[in-house]
Amino acid sequence: MAIRCVASRKTLAGLKETSSRFLGFRGIQTFTLPDLPYDYGALEPAISGEIMQIHHQKHHQAYVTNYNNALEQLDQAVNKGDASTVVKLQSAIKFNGGGHVNHSIFWKNLAPVNEGGGEPPKGSLGSAIDTHFGSLEGLVKKMSAEGAAVQGSGWVWLGLDKELKKLVVDTTANQDPLVTKGGSLVPLVGIDVWEHAYYLQYKNVRPEYLKNVWKVINWKYASEVYEKECN
Amino acid sequence: MTTTVIIIIFLAIFATSLHNARGATMEPCLESMKTASLPDLPYAYDALEPAISEEIMRLHHQKHHQTYVTQYNKALNSLRSAMADGDHSSVVKLQSLIKFNGGGHVNHAIFWKNLAPVHEGGGKPPHEPLSSAIDAHFGSLEGLIQKMNAEGAAVQGSGWVWFGLDRELKRLVVETTANQDPLVTKGSHLVPLIGIDVWEHAYYPQYKNARAEYLKNIWTVINWKYASDVFEKHTRDLDIN
Repeated sequence: MAIRCVASRKTLAGLKETSSRFLGFRGIQTFTLPDLPYDYGALEPAISGEIMQIHHQKHHQAYVTNYNNALEQLDQAVNKGDASTVVKLQSAIKFNGGGHVNHSIFWKNLAPVNEGGGEPPKGSLGSAIDTHFGSLEGLVKKMSAEGAAVQGSGWVWLGLDKELKKLVVDTTANQDPLVTKGGSLVPLVGIDVWEHAYYLQYKNVRPEYLKNVWKVINWKYASEVYEKECN
Repeated sequence: MTTTVIIIIFLAIFATSLHNARGATMEPCLESMKTASLPDLPYAYDALEPAISEEIMRLHHQKHHQTYVTQYNKALNSLRSAMADGDHSSVVKLQSLIKFNGGGHVNHAIFWKNLAPVHEGGGKPPHEPLSSAIDAHFGSLEGLIQKMNAEGAAVQGSGWVWFGLDRELKRLVVETTANQDPLVTKGSHLVPLIGIDVWEHAYYPQYKNARAEYLKNIWTVINWKYASDVFEKHTRDLDIN
C-alpha cells in the first residue's frame, strides 16, 4: 500500500523532471539518465568536452544504474518484511539517489555562453543576492572559497531557505543533496567539487576550476526556481 | 635591619626566577614543535608504470602531498599561537585542518613506501610469517586482494582502503577510512600495513572513472616487503599465527 502511494506521488514529480519507467506491476519507478541540454563541447573552455562526456555518460549513468538496483532490492526487502536489509540499503540509496538528484540539477545549472551562460541574474534573484551578499561578486567569492575548502568530495550550493526566506551558501559531503542540510532548503545553483568534475583539465587546482565555472553558470534557471518558490 | 633587607631582596629575586621558570616551561615545548616535510619518493616518477603513470605520480607527490605538508605546517603554527594565547576556541577550530592535512601527510608517507617498481620487488607476494597470517585470516592472498578491491571500489567519495594489523585482537583486518582519516581513527590498536589511496586524484588521469581497473592493476607494484617488515616488527612481542 505504502509503495503504491509513494510511487504515484513520485510519478507526478518524476514526469516533470526526469524520464522514468515503471518496473513490473509493483509500481516501483526507476530512473533514466537525462539528456544534456547542450553538446559535450558547448561549455568549453570553462569545462572541457572530455570532462562533460565522462561526467555525464559514466559518473551520472553509474549513479542512475546503481540507484535503480538499490530501489529494486529495496522493493523486494520491503515486501519480504526484511527490515534489516531495508536499513542496510539506505546508504546505497542515499549515495546513488543523491548522485542522480545532484547531477540532474547540475546540468541545468550550466549553459553555453551563447545561450546565456555566465550572464548575471536579473530581477528578484539579482536583488536578493545583493541584499544577502552585498553583490554578485561577494556571492561568487564566498561560494568559491567554501567550494575550495571542501575536504574530500562534495558540492557547494547557493540555496533558498524557504522558511527563513533568505539565500544561503552551504556545502554537502559526497553526494548528499542540499536538503540534508535543512528540510526547507531549495537548491538554486550547485557546483560539483568532486575531483572528477575538474581533474582532467585543472588537475589539483580546484580554485582555478571554481574561478572559471562561473562563465557558464545558468542564472536564468536559478532565477526561475527562485521565483517559483517565492510565489 | 640589613639582614631583613637582604632576605627581602633574596626572596624577591627567588620569586621572580620562579615566575620566569613557570613561563619558561611552556615555551620550549611549543618552540621545539617539529614541522613536517615532503619525503622523497624512493623511486623515479615513472618507475611504477604501467600500473600508475608518471603523470599521476608527479602530481600526486609534488602537488597533493606537498599541499598537505604545507597546510599541516601552517595549521601547526596557528595552533602554537592559539595555545600560547590560551585561545581554546581557535585550538578546537583548528583540529579539522590538522586532522585533514596531517592525515593527508601521514597517509601519503605510508603510501609511497607501500609501492615499489617491479624490478625492486613490487608485486612480489609476501613471505613468512605474513603469508601464513594472510592465509589464516583470508584463505589466500587472492582472497585478501579480492576483499580489498571490493571495499576500495565501494568507498563512497574520497578515502583509503587498508590492510592492517590489530595489535589488541592479534589479527589482520581490512578496513576503509574516509577522506584523509588515518587508519588509527578506526581503532587505536590498528597498525597500517598497506594503504591504497582511492581518491580520484590517485587514478583519474589514467583510469578515468574506472576505479576498479586501478585497483586491479595496483597490486603489480605493491611492496609486500615493507608490509612484512612492519608486520614482523609489531608481532615480535605478540603471539600471532
